[in-house]
Amino acid sequence: MQAYAIYALKRLAQFVLVVFIGINLAYLISHATPIDPVEQTVSAATSFGNASPEAILMMRASLRELYGLEGGAVSQYAAFWRRVLVGDFGPSLSAFPTPVSTLIGRALPWTVGLLSVSTCLAFALGNLLGGLAGYFRESRILKLAGIAAMAVHPIPYYIVAFVLLIVFGYLWPVLPISGGYRINTPWGWNAEFVLSVVTHAILPVASLVLVGVGGWFMGMRSLVSNIVSEDYVVYAELAGVSRGRILGAYVMRNALAPQVTGLAMSLGSIFNGAIITEQVFGYPGIGTLLIQAVHAGDYSLVIGIASVSIVAVSVAVLIIDLLYPLLDPRVKVA
Amino acid sequence: MSAPLAKVADAERVLDVANLRAYYQTWHFGVSRDVRAVDGVTLHVDRNEIYGLAGESSCGKSTLIRTIVRAIRPPLAVVEGSVRFDFGGRACDIYALDRARLAGIRWRHLSYILQGSMNVLNPVRRVRESFVDFAFRHIGKPMPQFLALVEDHLARLRLDPAVLGSFPHELSGGMRQRVTIALASVCRPDFIVADEPTTALDVVVQKDVLALLREVQRQIRSSMILVTHDIGVHANATDRLGVMYAGRLIEEGRTGEVIREPRHPYTAQLVTSLPRIGDIEPKQGLDGAPPSLAAPPPGCRFHPRCPLAMEMCRREHPPMVEVAAGHRVACWVKAPPGGMAAP
Amino acid sequence: MFTVLRDLLRYRTEFRFGAILTGFIAAFAALSLVSPYPPQDQFVVPPDLPPSWSYWFGTTSRGQDVFWQLTFAIRNTMLFGLSVAVLSRLVSIAIGMWSGYKGGIVDRLLMSVNDTFIVIPLFPLLVLFYFVLRDRMSWPLLALAMASLGWAYDARLIRAVALSLSSREFTQQCVFSGMRTREIVFQEHLPYVLPIVFYTTMNNMNWSIGLEVTLSVLGFTDIDTPTVGVMIYWANQHTALVAGVWWWVFFPVLFVMILFIGLFLLAISTNEYIDPRSRLARMGDVSG
Repeated sequence: MQAYAIYALKRLAQFVLVVFIGINLAYLISHATPIDPVEQTVSAATSFGNASPEAILMMRASLRELYGLEGGAVSQYAAFWRRVLVGDFGPSLSAFPTPVSTLIGRALPWTVGLLSVSTCLAFALGNLLGGLAGYFRESRILKLAGIAAMAVHPIPYYIVAFVLLIVFGYLWPVLPISGGYRINTPWGWNAEFVLSVVTHAILPVASLVLVGVGGWFMGMRSLVSNIVSEDYVVYAELAGVSRGRILGAYVMRNALAPQVTGLAMSLGSIFNGAIITEQVFGYPGIGTLLIQAVHAGDYSLVIGIASVSIVAVSVAVLIIDLLYPLLDPRVKVA
Repeated sequence: MSAPLAKVADAERVLDVANLRAYYQTWHFGVSRDVRAVDGVTLHVDRNEIYGLAGESSCGKSTLIRTIVRAIRPPLAVVEGSVRFDFGGRACDIYALDRARLAGIRWRHLSYILQGSMNVLNPVRRVRESFVDFAFRHIGKPMPQFLALVEDHLARLRLDPAVLGSFPHELSGGMRQRVTIALASVCRPDFIVADEPTTALDVVVQKDVLALLREVQRQIRSSMILVTHDIGVHANATDRLGVMYAGRLIEEGRTGEVIREPRHPYTAQLVTSLPRIGDIEPKQGLDGAPPSLAAPPPGCRFHPRCPLAMEMCRREHPPMVEVAAGHRVACWVKAPPGGMAAP
Repeated sequence: MFTVLRDLLRYRTEFRFGAILTGFIAAFAALSLVSPYPPQDQFVVPPDLPPSWSYWFGTTSRGQDVFWQLTFAIRNTMLFGLSVAVLSRLVSIAIGMWSGYKGGIVDRLLMSVNDTFIVIPLFPLLVLFYFVLRDRMSWPLLALAMASLGWAYDARLIRAVALSLSSREFTQQCVFSGMRTREIVFQEHLPYVLPIVFYTTMNNMNWSIGLEVTLSVLGFTDIDTPTVGVMIYWANQHTALVAGVWWWVFFPVLFVMILFIGLFLLAISTNEYIDPRSRLARMGDVSG
């Protein structure tokens, strides 16, 4: 138990480091610009509508305060951190006066849902097929599956999502290609609404799974083809333990630990993929919100989403890290 | 080759290996090669006997026993020869069995103690689960009785049944090796193969493990092949001893006889390398290195390092010749076929 | 290194395939040198023509020949990927080697920072980067930003190689025989490090091109420099798919997919070659 506490503390320290560096990067990027974000926001905001000069003046003053551009560098930096830690990024400009945190809070469940479903599916499918492919090396079908996974894997999320959109949106329009649920469907736990949520999620999930599955497949296959010559596998084979048991409890079980480490490592890039996929299918999550915010020139919303993304991904990684010892009993002593 | 005396023992044979050849056949980026790790080995093991296999590292002894228990996977392949077991009247060629019958024999009749027991137990499974995986289906009893039987077995070997609840990494190296021995003997198999069971352990633990191994063999009266490069271990534990060099068996006989009166020059070197109490002479090492098994020298494979090498040795490989009852040697000088042994 | 490439070409189907695909795309990009039209010019050909003998890949709604436009786009995209890869190599090799050779506390600190960069979702940061720069966003700036953010994963791989090299027996022998560190690193270790550098370069190009395409398609880059992403961006702006001008989207997507698969095949077949187990088998090292 004490060993686990030490391990957990180390992971917690890494979590703090990730958030610290990530937020600092966001701060650096947002402040290392030759352009005054306030002026830019004002001009972006005024270019759409016809605001009165007084309104612009007021806006400018409140924006200065809002963005933490008042005072010296130190107080600006402190203000930035305070906003991140409290989770208050002020009101959104494009959806004034709704607070940024409310907008993010509304979008986040969609993204978390999309991400967790597609990541779990891709992880399970890729590892299962990869494990089988590594263990039954002669199987034709699994070899073909490997080639298919290899062909899709290097293609970026956007292109895969785009191709799916074209195929199922224009060539063979059987699935909804936009939104998170059918508009005008009453919210709640009724069959109609749930069904519309599921059908709307199929294409976004499919594009994330298609790209994701290849990575897990190849990782698992190469891990398995190494593990099959480990002593404990050879020994179990010598003991005549059944192939199913060997594959499940010996080979894949031991390959799972490094794969889960890999999952924690790649959550960031999976998140990137989700943002892009959401945008392609107009899914009402963080990604679509981010792109909208950029187009609307909503500075506080962009900063808010970037910061929340960093924290959210780090939390997910931390959770995986903390659960990891369940998978590998050796961690506790290390 | 077969002496009249051996005929009598035939009925008692548990293992018969005839002219076995096993090569590592690789093809990588245009370079193809055969590594002749086992090259024409013939030997047998009798019931209730511990047969020792000696030789320096990479002489092919591990490959030989891997081939004997059919634990081979590509690139290793059997090129020639046969391996026959006889478990109480049920004779079988291990390479002729199908998967199901092979699985039925494994652990029930033929079990194995693997080299370097650090990794032989699944690191993410408790010891108890390994016992269940390996032995449960052979015992044919419900789980509680099976576990009680395992605990009895451990107690007989003076092991604390609490180890069943541990993960392998929580045990010391010696303890892991003892657990492996218990695991290999829990079904009371007819034949146990032990590959370097004491190599990774420190000397004190080595002694205990060896004692345990002999204890197990005495209790369940199984036959055993014990592989180690350590002649001292052979002197203490084995009944008969086979010496391998570069993929071939070069000498075989009763352990005491081979060690007291080694015939082959290589065996002689191996035995004199053993320190004895009272020794003051500096030890004489062998010049050179063992030959590459991918391109072995022609003739007797030992000739480049042999102090007695003659012209004949460079041309042709010497056959195994019986020089005394049950004592066979492959050497043109010390055991010329059909002739008297040279002095 | 050359014998490695020769062996790979001769004996690995994946590598040969990857080399052919990548080579094909590179040759196509080289055609931009003989393009009859400058890349920025619009309405040099009749708009919205489907593929035909005179316009192989058709023409765009902006009056550009898709074939010649695509040669520029592919060239810029490949150059972009290459610059990011080369720039980020500087960081990842330096960090990876330093961490792997030093070991101990230096290694642990560097890898902590390294893992941080692996975990942080870069896309929102790059969007933020575009957001604050807007019109001043340029191709070299984006390359610089991506290179300074995208080195971490490769640094980890290179570190693993350096770590295993520094603890290898022959390194000890070099040290005892009085070779200087610089000599050991450059004479003895470089042949082992180069393949992993090659592998990570290919992977990194795939990564950066993928992100560039994504950012451009969203219009978050300099939309006046033609890249594959920018082409798709303009096609989307003109709602090419709805208007039935499919060739404007189809050919850029097809070509960039070929490029991805080509680079990816090059990467994985090299990886297999440098896998220590396969290398061991080639050297025929058999024990026991």
